[in-house]
Amino acid sequence: MEQFLQILPQSLLDGLILGMVYAVVALGYTMVYGVLELINFAHSEIFMVGAFAGTETLLFLQSAGYLASMPAPVALLMALFIAMIISGSLGVFMERIAYRPLREAPRLVPLISAIGVSFFLQDAVRLIEGLWKNAFYLTAPSLFTATIAISANLRLPVKSLVVIVSAVVMMLALHLFVTRSKWGKAIRAVAQDRDTSALMSINVNQVIGLTFFLGAGLGGCAGTLFATQYSLINPYVGFILGIKAFTAAVLGGIGSIPGAMVGGILLGVLEAVGAASIGIATNGAMGAEYKDVFAFVILILVLILKPSGLLGEEVREKV
Amino acid sequence: MWITEQWQKTSRPIQMALGWFLAIAPSLLFYLMPQSNWAFLLFMASLFVLYKLQAPPLAKGVLAAVLLFAVMPVVGIQNTYYLDVITQVGIYVSLAIGLNIVVGFAGLLNFGYVAFYAFGAYFYAIFATSQAGNFIPAAIAQFPLSGNWFWLFLLFGAALAGLLGLLLGFPVLRLRGDYLAVVTLGFAEIIRILFNNMDKPINITNGPKGLTPIQPPELFGIVLNAPIHFYFIVLVVVILTIIIAKRLDASRIGRAWAAIREDELAACAMGVPVVRMKLLAFVIGASFAGAMGVIFAAKQTFVDPSSFGFMESIGILCMVILGGMGSVSGAIMGAVAVVMLQLNILKEFSEYLGQLSAQGILNIPSQVDPAKYEKMIFGLILILTCIYRPQGILPAKRSLPAWFKRKQPNVISPKEDRPDVT
Repeated sequence: MEQFLQILPQSLLDGLILGMVYAVVALGYTMVYGVLELINFAHSEIFMVGAFAGTETLLFLQSAGYLASMPAPVALLMALFIAMIISGSLGVFMERIAYRPLREAPRLVPLISAIGVSFFLQDAVRLIEGLWKNAFYLTAPSLFTATIAISANLRLPVKSLVVIVSAVVMMLALHLFVTRSKWGKAIRAVAQDRDTSALMSINVNQVIGLTFFLGAGLGGCAGTLFATQYSLINPYVGFILGIKAFTAAVLGGIGSIPGAMVGGILLGVLEAVGAASIGIATNGAMGAEYKDVFAFVILILVLILKPSGLLGEEVREKV
Repeated sequence: MWITEQWQKTSRPIQMALGWFLAIAPSLLFYLMPQSNWAFLLFMASLFVLYKLQAPPLAKGVLAAVLLFAVMPVVGIQNTYYLDVITQVGIYVSLAIGLNIVVGFAGLLNFGYVAFYAFGAYFYAIFATSQAGNFIPAAIAQFPLSGNWFWLFLLFGAALAGLLGLLLGFPVLRLRGDYLAVVTLGFAEIIRILFNNMDKPINITNGPKGLTPIQPPELFGIVLNAPIHFYFIVLVVVILTIIIAKRLDASRIGRAWAAIREDELAACAMGVPVVRMKLLAFVIGASFAGAMGVIFAAKQTFVDPSSFGFMESIGILCMVILGGMGSVSGAIMGAVAVVMLQLNILKEFSEYLGQLSAQGILNIPSQVDPAKYEKMIFGLILILTCIYRPQGILPAKRSLPAWFKRKQPNVISPKEDRPDVT
């Protein structure tokens, strides 16, 4: 128990950082689900593409010699911006190619197509990186190296603080956009009833495109933040993380934007604390390798016990 | 298409002669040139031609039996590589038929099908190596068990995988389709992580290192460890699975599944025991996979968790979707096409490109080896099939799962879409 209390603050903090990444990625799942009722499986690959785009930007700045001379936040902002544009456009493109033709199809067909997109993108990025760099593993240059020591067994690296701050800013911005702006109102209208909002002279296709752009752009930013935090990335990095972010979205209530934020942070913390404590609880017989199991067990439990999630609305099936 | 138009213009006797020629000639070629990959591919294609041929079923059956029971083994003994490929094809045919029961017949999207396959493989592997000695005292039994147990394990593997399916299905089958897909995916990952890490505190699965050597099956004192033996085991099992799946589809249960996948609420109102029928589909699918897992373990003599990733599940799903949901012949066709692509065509293509690079004609970095891009191909197959041919290559005779049909425009003609009244 004493040992557990000792590691608790650090694992809470680790969980918070990871949870922030989950939360931002979960936003993409939840927004797309909100308007299309589609689990966009390829969102995890959008995240991965964002991680690659951001890292490549930083690597380019580094090799051109600008990185050392420019302030780190500016470099990060540039990477985030480029990742957002690339991922966002990819999201819109993906919707156009693989989902829009299937919009009137029964709901499991786009799901299968989404899995296809996800697989395709993983290998496409691997192919592109393979042709370009002859290696598909990338290491992101570190931007922030300082560490703030809060107490004896709690250390907060500045790069993690940056992740938390950027994630919070992005989530607030999205929240304001969706609740306050005219476009946000249109997104909410389409989520509520696509046909009626079309009658209210809302351009549904544009709104869905915008939703994909926002969700995918945020996913791409999350990817870049992930790369700066954990530095090593590969084309398959998105898959497990995507499933966990989806779990976070379900945990918070799919379709609900605040739900995704709450769910992401909660899942990150549960996972980090769980992974740290399982070794102590079983006296080292089982270790952190079971951390992925936590997320899946939580997913299964939430879906069975409370499919509407923490903040979601109950949806009844209609005849 | 031009070819179909020309085909319809030709007279019937010419059609028949050409059909029989295309069905028989490749096996002669294959017999004469056992080293040629083209001959092998043509031989596989001739089976498809035979299936499509308009001829008496008996004649077709006899020819198919000759091709599979005589030509293939005779050539296969000369070149065991093809025997190995076709055995692998057979295993996936059975898996695809099993998944087709779940996805195609009952309309339950299962992304974690490989979990049951892994369970079957590990179930046999643990007891057919010395591994089980780690947690079962030697006083009870000596491990590895002899190959005679294989046949019993085949049944037990199927039964226990079915039980595992029941345990998973019971809570999750009430979930809506897309949630079910994600939960099965999560379940498969849990199973894989467990197998990967159950080497401590008690070493049950030997972790990432995997289990080897697994005892080969034995029958009446003969050890069955040659490729030809596994070819026949798999062939018999494939024929059995085809018969079971066909009979199930035509039975009362099959009609109940069709009713559920078309409209669950309506089926419920008509008195179909929805939950029980869904569970049944889930369990039967799982037990097929369990049995195939046992065969896979015995054939490879080695299992490790990396053979049972998400990729495998999607690969099998690809076969079902490509071939045609709910169609047994479609599942077979899809499995043959995808596995041949994976094991044979891509590899040959890679080697060909490698030769070109070696001769200095093309310069392709080793990172860009087509054989490593299976995922991309699976992805393309899924997207393109969903958009352009949702009913698959060989559509089911009975109509499609409701969730796979477009509302507008109708993909199947009204004549085929007759309600099942019997």
